[in-house]
Amino acid sequence: MSGEWSGVNLPSLPELRHWPLRIATYPHWSPLIAAMRCEIRLDPASRFALQSRPPSQTSPLRVCPRVHCSGTSFPDSHASMSHSALPAARSTPIHALGGMVVALVSLVGDLTLFGLQTIGGLTRRLPRGYVLWPVLHKIGVESIAVVLVTGGFVGMVIAVQTYDQFAQMNMENQLGSVINVTLFKELGPVLAALMLAGRVGSSMAAELGTMKVTEQIDALTALGADPIGYLVAPRLIACVLMVPLLTVLADVAGMCSGWWFSCEVLGIDHHFYWHHSLAYVAPWDIGSGLSKSLFFGIAIATIACHRGFNCSAGAEGVGQAATEAFVCSFVAILVIDFLLGTFLMELYHMLWGVVSMR
Amino acid sequence: MSPPPVVEFRNVSKKFGRQTILRGLSLQVEHGETLCIIGESGCGKSVTLKLIMRLLTPDAGEVLWSGTPVASLTKPDLNHARLKFGFLFQMAALFDSLTVYENVGFGLRQNTEPSRERIAAIVDERLRDVGLTPSIVGPKKPAQLSGGMRKRVGLARALALDPEVMLYDEPTTGLDPIMSDVINELIRLTSRRRDVTSIVVTHDMHTVQKVADRVVMLYPLARLGPTEPQLIYNGPAAAAHDAEDPRVSQFVRGEAGERLQELVAS
Repeated sequence: MSGEWSGVNLPSLPELRHWPLRIATYPHWSPLIAAMRCEIRLDPASRFALQSRPPSQTSPLRVCPRVHCSGTSFPDSHASMSHSALPAARSTPIHALGGMVVALVSLVGDLTLFGLQTIGGLTRRLPRGYVLWPVLHKIGVESIAVVLVTGGFVGMVIAVQTYDQFAQMNMENQLGSVINVTLFKELGPVLAALMLAGRVGSSMAAELGTMKVTEQIDALTALGADPIGYLVAPRLIACVLMVPLLTVLADVAGMCSGWWFSCEVLGIDHHFYWHHSLAYVAPWDIGSGLSKSLFFGIAIATIACHRGFNCSAGAEGVGQAATEAFVCSFVAILVIDFLLGTFLMELYHMLWGVVSMR
Repeated sequence: MSPPPVVEFRNVSKKFGRQTILRGLSLQVEHGETLCIIGESGCGKSVTLKLIMRLLTPDAGEVLWSGTPVASLTKPDLNHARLKFGFLFQMAALFDSLTVYENVGFGLRQNTEPSRERIAAIVDERLRDVGLTPSIVGPKKPAQLSGGMRKRVGLARALALDPEVMLYDEPTTGLDPIMSDVINELIRLTSRRRDVTSIVVTHDMHTVQKVADRVVMLYPLARLGPTEPQLIYNGPAAAAHDAEDPRVSQFVRGEAGERLQELVAS
């Protein structure tokens, strides 16, 4: 029962019983089979040969989406075969890198569509008060303590790390300028956002992930509610409103702790500390920090909700969604910080005529 | 001319990744009947229910609601039409963050604009219909309820919007025999009192015997040949026991048959 098709000699029936082994023996078949999408025509009597699977090999033959038997299409379950030679052709570093790039582009595209869908839903109908208030409370009020602690320690840490260098140049009185500029422009917004990505983002992803695996999101749809409008839109609004407000709190906490540590512990004069702080911190610095936090809020909410909605089944899936939400938010915050920092600096230079860093 | 079936499947197929779950399924559900869909785990019973509600989209074929292809409906129309269906999920799928009272009133609050008092009256009535005391159960969160109570709250929530079709996804799974019988009785009473068409997915033959007017049996595709139909039985519940196809009678009797031999051989 051998056959000639598209220039490939098909093996006889006894050989088909050991089809995966034959592929291993003839590795040059692999690209041919992949190119042909493995449309193999066989006599119906040989069907069992395609279904046979060596017990030691269980991974499905991924390049075999369709197998035809005398003109009748087999379902995929029948087309699944084991293989040993194909992975070698697909596991080069270039393939791995390509796979990662495709996955990244796909994730970014999916996230963008998800965000646009949420904004589209918001333009049609705003979340009702009884849905929005609990989310605002959870994201905003319940995060105040951690954000104050974060901001407070950041202010003191900057003071500790910069004091020695400034003291060597007899410029310790100007410590307030570096603490507050760094805090308002960079560390306050970024560290507050990272803390919220951990506290709020992971929690949102885990909550929505649990809702997904327990069919609560399906239940929302069945009850005529739009899951994105009901679950994602309030969280997006809450993050957009609350992350900048919490950043203000972190900034204030850092400013106060930095001032206390510098003046009370390191012995810097109060007057000079505030004089230099006011001289160097411009409204632009505060505004740029807060504008960053707005985008951080959008990123945290969108990524966390997206991971929750795409959570895989089981407790492991929920845990993974929470981890992915934090990791993706962390990376997104750093990328947004860099891009917005560059953009805002260029904008500042454009508006006030200072020479660009290039 | 007879009215179109309440729900109709025309050559519906559904895949998840590379795995085909349903292949060329054709099925009709007439007004007022109680149809039980039986079959082994993984044969596509729950997928069939979700395809009816358009919680999943078929890869081929079409699903019709009272003669209207679901795919032709716009999103607002689809959401509106979904309210004709009540869905009791396998694990009830109650919203964890809401109380029982808010769960049952969710659909009313989301889709209609009745007064608070009107919603309260409807919620009370539905909770009593399923044998629960509103003042005791109403303020509780789902986590504080037993499995049977959760199922009953889920049923009350599904009935709150007075659906024309009720879909039950394994309503007695995980319940003790007494509570299973209570749920079966509630399904029967709901169909009778409210003139509701019911589609029950189950592998509990007690449920089938108690509630079914008609039974269809799906068979897992992995165990079928390429041209064999997936729907291997479609007939009255009483006749399923002595069906010609041995796979049907074997399932109804709960006999492992060749599966046991395969297990021993492996």
